[in-house]
Amino acid sequence: MRSLASIAVLVLAVGLLPLFVSSGVTLGFVTMVLYATLLGQAWNILGGFGGQFSFGHAVFFGTGAYAMAVLQMRFGLNAWAALPCAIALGGVAGTLLGALSFRYGLRGSYFALVTLAFAEVFRILANTFDFTGAGVGLQLPLQEGAAQLQFATETGYLYLALALATVSLLFAWWLKHSRYGAWLAAVRDNEDSAAALGVNAFRVKLVAITVSGALMAAGGAFYVQKFHYIDPHLAYGAPISVEALLSAIIGGMGTVFGPLLGAVVLHGLGELTRNSLSSTPGASLVIYGALLVLIIMFMPRGIAGLFEGKR
Amino acid sequence: MKSDEKAYPPPAMLDPAILFASVLNGLTTGAVYALIALGLTLIYGVLHIINFAHGAALMMALYGVYFLHEKLGLDPYVSLPIMVPAMFVAGYALYRGVIARASHGKDENILLITLGLSIMLENAALYFFKSDTLTIDTAYTLSTVNIFGAMIAVPKMVAFFGALATTAVLLLVIGKTSLGRAIRACAKERQGARLVGINVDHVFAMSFGIGLACLGAAACFLLPAYYVNPQVGNGFVLIAFTIVVLGGMGSFVGALIGGFLIGVVESVGGLLLGESLGQIGIFVIFIIVLLFRPQGLFGARA
Repeated sequence: MRSLASIAVLVLAVGLLPLFVSSGVTLGFVTMVLYATLLGQAWNILGGFGGQFSFGHAVFFGTGAYAMAVLQMRFGLNAWAALPCAIALGGVAGTLLGALSFRYGLRGSYFALVTLAFAEVFRILANTFDFTGAGVGLQLPLQEGAAQLQFATETGYLYLALALATVSLLFAWWLKHSRYGAWLAAVRDNEDSAAALGVNAFRVKLVAITVSGALMAAGGAFYVQKFHYIDPHLAYGAPISVEALLSAIIGGMGTVFGPLLGAVVLHGLGELTRNSLSSTPGASLVIYGALLVLIIMFMPRGIAGLFEGKR
Repeated sequence: MKSDEKAYPPPAMLDPAILFASVLNGLTTGAVYALIALGLTLIYGVLHIINFAHGAALMMALYGVYFLHEKLGLDPYVSLPIMVPAMFVAGYALYRGVIARASHGKDENILLITLGLSIMLENAALYFFKSDTLTIDTAYTLSTVNIFGAMIAVPKMVAFFGALATTAVLLLVIGKTSLGRAIRACAKERQGARLVGINVDHVFAMSFGIGLACLGAAACFLLPAYYVNPQVGNGFVLIAFTIVVLGGMGSFVGALIGGFLIGVVESVGGLLLGESLGQIGIFVIFIIVLLFRPQGLFGARA
């Protein structure tokens, strides 16, 4: 119950923030942290709670982003109608990829490789067809207004990101307290023993990757609404996969608040390095890479592991 | 991704001469792919880890060859006796200093560590060398040889035979030396190897070093016909993974045949489908093999 209360406090605090803070920079920072929390939690549900490390989560992000852009631009759908479609498509992509990989018993590094390959196939496809704007990408027309899910100020995006991140946090909380979550943990810790005890490992993993894909797609849809642009590299490139897994691992895999902590650290660090190292490309990512190595070397349970004590 | 290849106009119908040239070209590229994949498969066979930093390490080796040429005027082929030991030492140190310490004995951790290393190396290169694509000019860069009517670039021919020679040396080391025997022992049964007095940690680090040394050689053969930029490793790493999975993780013969196969598929696929879509052939093969035959075409172990 304590973590449920923490989620409520978080929602309240962020929800009231625009009443006290008017700085667009601050609100923008909080928005990006919540967005990174959403991506991290999406990865965490499959990688942290389920033990299936994906190196190509961009495949779901890109699916959500392109669905959002294509449905609005090619089919004239309203953004509010396109959002649930994009999320559902991300879930479908998750189910399909999961059904293929888990049916054939791909685990560990094999699973990481196959997700990476799928992301790469989709990147090349999006880069090739005019339907997705090919290499040029898609530019969402600017139509500000809540009815179009586009906002003139940061506050609107802040609330959208807060809503999506809260859903992901609530699902992670449910994983900690439900029978299904216990099955997923059992599959992560020892799939063969779990199966021997009657857990349907295939179905349990399939649910995890479906939810994970849907949440990641929600992140992609949010990205399109916020930045009005998507191209194959942004959608299906390695950086987005890395961002998702970094915040989950740095914050603490398999914990409810790990991705949030990781997102705060990553984006805080990003702001610091942006200011001190000017805008030299690469510098901040070197630090992220080093952080990943150091965390695994010295704090394999992430930042959240510090608070939880010995289990 | 292969910007050095000329954009062929799509052929109205398949001319056997063009197809033949395309297959030959694929075989020469495939030899270098095989060399890169051999390093990866050796590391996998012994350590049971997938080295995600393999592409980044190749990129560093390519920069090494580039700067030896630009600053010291060394021909890429003359750089071989410098780059191979340098990459070996780097690999040995990287394993001992970082990977062995950080893994806590869990394979998943090594996966993430090598991913972190590749992010670091790639972006350090971006920071120091900028994102420019660099090439070198040698007297033989543009010369070609005529093989039954197909024009093949001289650097590609050298790469073909150089990669084959390096592979032969590697197979001799693994098959005939006492180090090779120790490596094979550790690959089969690491507890047993430890019991008979093999220094397993040393052998692991040696294997990692040899794996990267292959990249040092590959870089020397590649650069005269290729280019280097901070992202160059990404293209190779997925191809190398495909070859290793295709040939069977840990299988040397599989890596060799897989390398040639992928080289030809890429070359012919690019001819038939155009450059951008041609790459898909590789990934489709990769996914199909992973799904239906993850032990690979020649691998015994799943």
